[in-house]
Amino acid sequence: MQWFNIVLQGVLIGGLYAMFAAGLSLIFGVMRLVNIAHGDLIVLAAYVSLVVTQAMGVDPLTSLLLVVPVMAVIGYALQRGLLNRTLGDDLLPPLLVTFGLSIIIQNGLLELFTADSRRLQAGAIEVQAFELLQGVWIGVLPLLQFAIAVAVIAGLQILFYRTALGRAFRATSDDPSVAQLMGLDTRHVFAMAMALSLAVIAIAGVFLAVRTNFDPAIGPARLIFGFEAVIIGGLGSMWGTLAGGIILGVSQAIGAQIDPGWQLLAGHIVFLAILAARPQGFFPKVSG
Amino acid sequence: MPDLLEVKAIDAFYGDFQALFGVSLSVEAGQIIAVIGANGAGKSTLLKTIAGLMRPRQGEILFEGMPVTGTPAFDVVSRGIALVPEGRRLFPSLTVEENLLIGGQSHRPGPWTIARIYELFPMLAERRHLPAPALSGGQQQMAAIGRALMANPQLLLCDEISLGLAPIVVRDIYAQLPQIVAEGLSLIIVEQDIAQALRAASRVYCLQEGRVALNGPARELTREMISAAYFGV
Repeated sequence: MQWFNIVLQGVLIGGLYAMFAAGLSLIFGVMRLVNIAHGDLIVLAAYVSLVVTQAMGVDPLTSLLLVVPVMAVIGYALQRGLLNRTLGDDLLPPLLVTFGLSIIIQNGLLELFTADSRRLQAGAIEVQAFELLQGVWIGVLPLLQFAIAVAVIAGLQILFYRTALGRAFRATSDDPSVAQLMGLDTRHVFAMAMALSLAVIAIAGVFLAVRTNFDPAIGPARLIFGFEAVIIGGLGSMWGTLAGGIILGVSQAIGAQIDPGWQLLAGHIVFLAILAARPQGFFPKVSG
Repeated sequence: MPDLLEVKAIDAFYGDFQALFGVSLSVEAGQIIAVIGANGAGKSTLLKTIAGLMRPRQGEILFEGMPVTGTPAFDVVSRGIALVPEGRRLFPSLTVEENLLIGGQSHRPGPWTIARIYELFPMLAERRHLPAPALSGGQQQMAAIGRALMANPQLLLCDEISLGLAPIVVRDIYAQLPQIVAEGLSLIIVEQDIAQALRAASRVYCLQEGRVALNGPARELTREMISAAYFGV
């Protein structure tokens, strides 16, 4: 029963990792752009939420109403103003530019907020739990986060496969030149994809901020978890990203149970094993 | 009455390589024009420049009397020019129906709807939910034409629609041409199949190494005139 509890907690945190990964997966799928600043943007979202909760006296979940649109606008402007210029046949320019962006964001946040560790208070919900089975307790907040993660991923699937915007994303990803012949302004399509990615990042950032302490430097570690979840699940598949997040979360939970110092290592070892045995991931949709 | 399309002495380059030298062409409303020429003569370049995928370095393009020179491709579509690109180039991640739907992305009003495209090409209706790559070459070509028609253009540019297709399939596709132009749609067809081009078009332009070597009504052109212009002898 104890192991069941551990696996369950791992599954729930897997939802958070899947949220980290979903935005990354989306951007790579639509424009083959690897966003090195992804983790730092999650931390940025956490700080935006901090500012909103302090300035307006609302709880973190309510702050999402403002944080999500703000981050979406930042994403649109970032893509249109900067990252669109890096897109081309070469994978390197976006990597370099987003790497630089990562450093700028980290240092900018350090300047504005100092290196003090922060945490967002969500109130009573943080400690609420209910007994699922005998001896197995689930925290309300982790369950809520997991449910929202599944909803976001389901929402992205629906968007991609059942809406005109999703069609535009897929077509532009397939063939940007011919997409223009359809009347699609690829600069706008890419910017919308980045706006969407940052909206998802906003949710991930707020969840992170409520769950653990955050400071300007923790971005790159979140990026790694996001990458691992995407690779385990397979590039281009949203549900795969969820599966990847869950596998990572469960691996870490089991590792932590064996020895607390093994938590992160267990996750990385499982990731490496899967990368070696099945590099395309479990549910790949994109062939590269 | 001004011509629907007037291309005036355009030069087009790929980097330092000049592909078109002072090419001029005009299309009247409701007319079918054929552009023929050897590989590398500049036929596709000409269509791409008209469609806005390339910018001419010199010269002007007027559509319905208004300049479209240098207008980006996604705006050219909303003005009323649609291109069926060389090699079909359907979107592989999309189904047949989604490919047609995205053709209508610019939401231009007009007679072409998905239902009408399915009437024109019943084979597409049967395969509407299949991914585009699952179709045969001929079916893909029909889908590509349907996709361009969904933009309700005034001028349709067809780049080598016979490419890689069996003659009987090509005949089937060309058999639909009268239905396609029935409402007054104008057409520029780039063709390697000269006989087919002469049968379908009222006027023929022959390009040779980036220049217009011959241009005249299809009925008046003899085999000798075409050979001379085609090969530059």
